[in-house]
Amino acid sequence: MSLTKEKMLEAYATMKKIRLFEEKVAELFAEGKLPGFVHLYAGEEAIATGVCAHLSERDYITSTHRGHGHCIAKGVDINSMMAEVYGKVTGACKGKGGSMHIADVDKGMLGANGIVGAGGPLACGSALMAKTLGTDQVTVCFFGDGAAEQGTMHEAMNLACCWSLPVVFVCENNGYAESTPWGYHCAAKNISDRGVAYDMPGVTVDGTDFFAIYEAAEEAIGRARRGEGASLIECRGFRYYGHFEGDAMLYVTEEEKKRNRARDPIENFKKRAQERELLSAKQIAETDAKVAAIIEEAVKYAEESAWPDSKEVFTDVYVNYP
Amino acid sequence: MAARTITFREAINEAMRLEMRRDPTVILFGEDVAGGATLPHMEGENKEAWGGVLAVSTGLAPEFGRNRVLDTPISESAFIGAAVGAASTGLRPIAELMFVDFFGVCFDQIFNQGAKLRYMFGGKAQVPMVVRSMIGAGFRAAAQHSECLYSIFTHIPGLKTVVPSTPYDAKGLLSSAIRDNDPVMFFEHKLLYDTQGEVPEDNYTVPLGVADLKREGSDATIVTVGRMVHFSLQAAEKLAENGVNVEVVDLRSLSPMDGDAILNSVKKTHRLVVVDEDNPRCSVATDVVALVADQAFDYLDAPCKMITAPHTPVPFSPGLEDAYIPSVETIVSTVKSLMG
Repeated sequence: MSLTKEKMLEAYATMKKIRLFEEKVAELFAEGKLPGFVHLYAGEEAIATGVCAHLSERDYITSTHRGHGHCIAKGVDINSMMAEVYGKVTGACKGKGGSMHIADVDKGMLGANGIVGAGGPLACGSALMAKTLGTDQVTVCFFGDGAAEQGTMHEAMNLACCWSLPVVFVCENNGYAESTPWGYHCAAKNISDRGVAYDMPGVTVDGTDFFAIYEAAEEAIGRARRGEGASLIECRGFRYYGHFEGDAMLYVTEEEKKRNRARDPIENFKKRAQERELLSAKQIAETDAKVAAIIEEAVKYAEESAWPDSKEVFTDVYVNYP
Repeated sequence: MAARTITFREAINEAMRLEMRRDPTVILFGEDVAGGATLPHMEGENKEAWGGVLAVSTGLAPEFGRNRVLDTPISESAFIGAAVGAASTGLRPIAELMFVDFFGVCFDQIFNQGAKLRYMFGGKAQVPMVVRSMIGAGFRAAAQHSECLYSIFTHIPGLKTVVPSTPYDAKGLLSSAIRDNDPVMFFEHKLLYDTQGEVPEDNYTVPLGVADLKREGSDATIVTVGRMVHFSLQAAEKLAENGVNVEVVDLRSLSPMDGDAILNSVKKTHRLVVVDEDNPRCSVATDVVALVADQAFDYLDAPCKMITAPHTPVPFSPGLEDAYIPSVETIVSTVKSLMG
């Protein structure tokens, strides 16, 4: 494994940033400060972080409606993310996309997505670009267990394998497609078994274990980068928050919530890193304070930013009518 | 028949409930229409976790059981197509396509299969299915959860399209849609769910293809549908204060469309304004204007006007989204501009 102490610290900071960002968004949403609705990633931090640790800015990712964590792990500016969630003109999409559509193509982030399963075909496209132009760029397609049942995901996996594209499909199996449990909506025992159908490697890992995810991603992304084709990684985890904020989560029992808390990906990472003396308590405390300040600054930035001018309704669209 | 005040959401729920009681072949399926299927703590009394994403189908799974109220995987092509198959072989399925924007992942099953079977098979098949779907901007739900798009479905031969504006119509039109032998796209504006109105307790139908004259007037005709009916009525009040009396025609169904109601009104008022929340190109608005231009041109005293959303996707930021939606002020000023 290629994990240096420096990378460990970076990974910890990323996970913490995601967690605090989401907790802050939940708080702001509850206070009525954010328009629309938000889908939070807290609980799944190890996945985006463990995978994106192997990507550079030149690599691409496609995301989901639960996209904040992917954005942060891929290096999208936190201020621009928070401003976007508020709908301010300084947002990553000038306030025109919102939480469900945060994107930053310059950072290789091809957008959170409001359509379940839409990322698979898009990922094939950016991977086709890399293959056609002969670059070593890799595309990672994050998708949920719900999206695994969309025809688009099956088609995308087949296409990626037919064309031997540099795509890594990362399924974030958090157990529920909205309120519908995975055991009901999926007829198979493992989503990773679908690799067999398309003749690509498929593995299932613990979605709360940063180290397991990091290792699986290293192998799959390496394979894609070497031109050896697509892979599928299924990460089994959970989300702490509802499908969207306001969801009472009646489908999750208190026992299950308690079990999840005991598997917290960040706490587990901290514990193992400290046991192996890869991170010190001091480093952790310093990082926590630094990240908290970054999030506070992002809120301030968003709140002080201007609203978009109403003329923006008519920009960035190629036909004006009437 | 006793009537009481209930919400648009409750009216839709009631139509499904009463039709399911009346006809055992009526079933409902869609993502999370009950929620929590097969979870041990959701069993027993047929408990439900959601009852639909905005709680429109609440209580149906407990009453009818999970054999008639089915959660689905997020596989719209599969379950909308299954509705077509089930409808053509003896059931009357109601399929919930959560947001209309999601039609993109299952359009083949709607327009190549559901819409065409009866015609293509020489009348030997019927497809008595309803697809219920949420439409409309104003929910801060951004570009992929906010469109109207009913114009697209109105364009397709073989489909019926319905857009109710009141709880009374929602219940009566949905009952008609469920009993209809053709596929019906039934569109529910998400900002109407909490609106209230008088609704009879018993089962009744409102016929498809019949407009409702919401307000009589002599100076201009507003033809409108869905949430814009309410905006148009507010505009009519303001115009009346200025001595302008407009007639407001709520189309209720877009396919079939009540052309006579439009033409008769325009022949009386000599002016037409169409108010439509959908995008303007190849739309319900252009369709209504074309009908009037074609069949009542000689009656017009002024150009026909369309007030629609702009030809853009729906923006997220609240101020932008508000600017996107046609406003009462625009309706008032547009009608005034025709009065010359």
